[in-house]
Amino acid sequence: MRFMVIVKATAESEKEGALPDPQLMAEMGKYNEELSKAGVLLALDGLHPSSKGARVKFSGKSRTVVDGPFTEAKELIAGFSILQVKSLEEAIEWVKRGPNCGAGDYEVEIRQVFEMEDFAPILSEEQIQHKVERRAQLPNQTANK
Amino acid sequence: MSATDPHQAEHQALHRTIEAVWRIESARVIAGLTRLTRDVGLAEDLAQEALLAALEQWPQSGVPDNPAAWLTATAKRRAIDLFRRNAVAQRKHEELGRELEALEQTSPDLDSTLDNTIGDDLLRLVFIACDPILPTESRAALTLRLLGGLTTDEIARAFLTTEPAIAQRIVRAKRTLADKHIPFEVPRGLEFAARLSSVLEVIYLIFNEGYSATTGDDLMRPTLCEDALRLGRILAELTPAEPEVHGLVALMEIQASRIRARITSTGELVLLFDQNRTQWDQLLIHRGLNAIERAHKIDTTRGPYLLQAEIAACHARARTPSETDWQRIVILYTELAQVIPSPVIELNRAVAVSMAHGPQAGLTLVDALASEPSLARYHLLPSVRADLLYKLGRHPEARTEFERAAALTRNIRERGLLLTRAASCETDPTHSSEK
Repeated sequence: MRFMVIVKATAESEKEGALPDPQLMAEMGKYNEELSKAGVLLALDGLHPSSKGARVKFSGKSRTVVDGPFTEAKELIAGFSILQVKSLEEAIEWVKRGPNCGAGDYEVEIRQVFEMEDFAPILSEEQIQHKVERRAQLPNQTANK
Repeated sequence: MSATDPHQAEHQALHRTIEAVWRIESARVIAGLTRLTRDVGLAEDLAQEALLAALEQWPQSGVPDNPAAWLTATAKRRAIDLFRRNAVAQRKHEELGRELEALEQTSPDLDSTLDNTIGDDLLRLVFIACDPILPTESRAALTLRLLGGLTTDEIARAFLTTEPAIAQRIVRAKRTLADKHIPFEVPRGLEFAARLSSVLEVIYLIFNEGYSATTGDDLMRPTLCEDALRLGRILAELTPAEPEVHGLVALMEIQASRIRARITSTGELVLLFDQNRTQWDQLLIHRGLNAIERAHKIDTTRGPYLLQAEIAACHARARTPSETDWQRIVILYTELAQVIPSPVIELNRAVAVSMAHGPQAGLTLVDALASEPSLARYHLLPSVRADLLYKLGRHPEARTEFERAAALTRNIRERGLLLTRAASCETDPTHSSEK
């Protein structure tokens, strides 16, 4: 299963043109490398401050654009990653191992990504047996696979 | 006590946390212990004992700050105790026990020492789990157990067998490794390539156990694809200079990208050309294409996994089936058939040729395979042939071939499809040329 790890913004990360401390960058790099080496990191990106972004507000048929920056740093997002792990607990364990990358307090939110299994119907034993038998018929390499 | 008992709920949550820690740490703990004990079976037993100790103690003490170090230290203490007990009888172990103690005393920061060599130890663990002395299914079970951190029960469910059967398979495999004194090392020189291909075979077998079963049945099986992908990605970081490892990862990423388009809501298989391509997972496709790039940067020669990955990539890049670069697929299949000669690959190549150069060109190649003994009972041979004949307007012959294919397949749904196609040949006798 996949989880989106959402790193919330801080006053620091919201500062325009502010680059993170090099030592912190190195620590983050090492941590991300660890995630990669463990085969759990699918994607990773950091976000520019909200001053470079915008919001589109939906109300009925109207769409109103509001340019950044936005206040309330803790409700903004500074970056995200996608982890593929076995459980929420595993995602939590990985996140806890990350370095603290802010001077102030901040939060990292972990949310499960919807996947096929979440929609899959629950099949009866008989149906499963049918699939199993059918699977046995499938050659390893089929034409038009 | 009810299931909603807060104390019990808390206990269950902690149990899941310990399972997660185990999933993350077990391979490294087992790898480190194997290096110390030179016995992968013993190392795994010790690690399991450490896990049991964690399950006993952490509910009282809380999860330690560095759970991996805790598990390793606990397992190591047990190893030392064990060696001490055996010391009188077995001098070799006594020495090893002393070495262990000495190591512990001279290097208080054993964990960082472990950390530096952990990549090497993990790779050694991969090779020992996939040692060709073991039957393939044992290699797969052992790899999932030692490197994937799966429980015996999970492996049993993944391979649709019973827990005792898997447990026995693993015990037997560990005994074989001990009896034959299989060394804990990364093979060198010429042996490396052969042994690596055994590792890749095991990972791809695990993937296919999940993938060919991904027809919407039990939910455990897409998970098996994820396990295989995780193992592949780990291996790619352990052996970054091996193009075939990236090739396998690319192949699995791209195939996995189609998982959700590959079955209907009722669990029926959807063939590649009928899949809704907007459902393909672009993140996995992107990762697959990147892995192909990594392989290309290392070497210009292409092994079988990389070639298959590139074929998969041709489909992944096409937004609609008609945009498929069949010319390129033909080239790739031609190269693949040279690297691993196989009638099944020739049949695939014939299909690609028919798409690139028309049904007659494909049919000529298919006809050349007619006498191939290994394809005699293979329903896709008459099925492909029937399709090409149909496209050439040779409907009576197409009908015979569709019927032959239907008789050969034991897959009920596929048989139905083939018989429908056979019938369509009959209902349209005036139709003489469809290109």
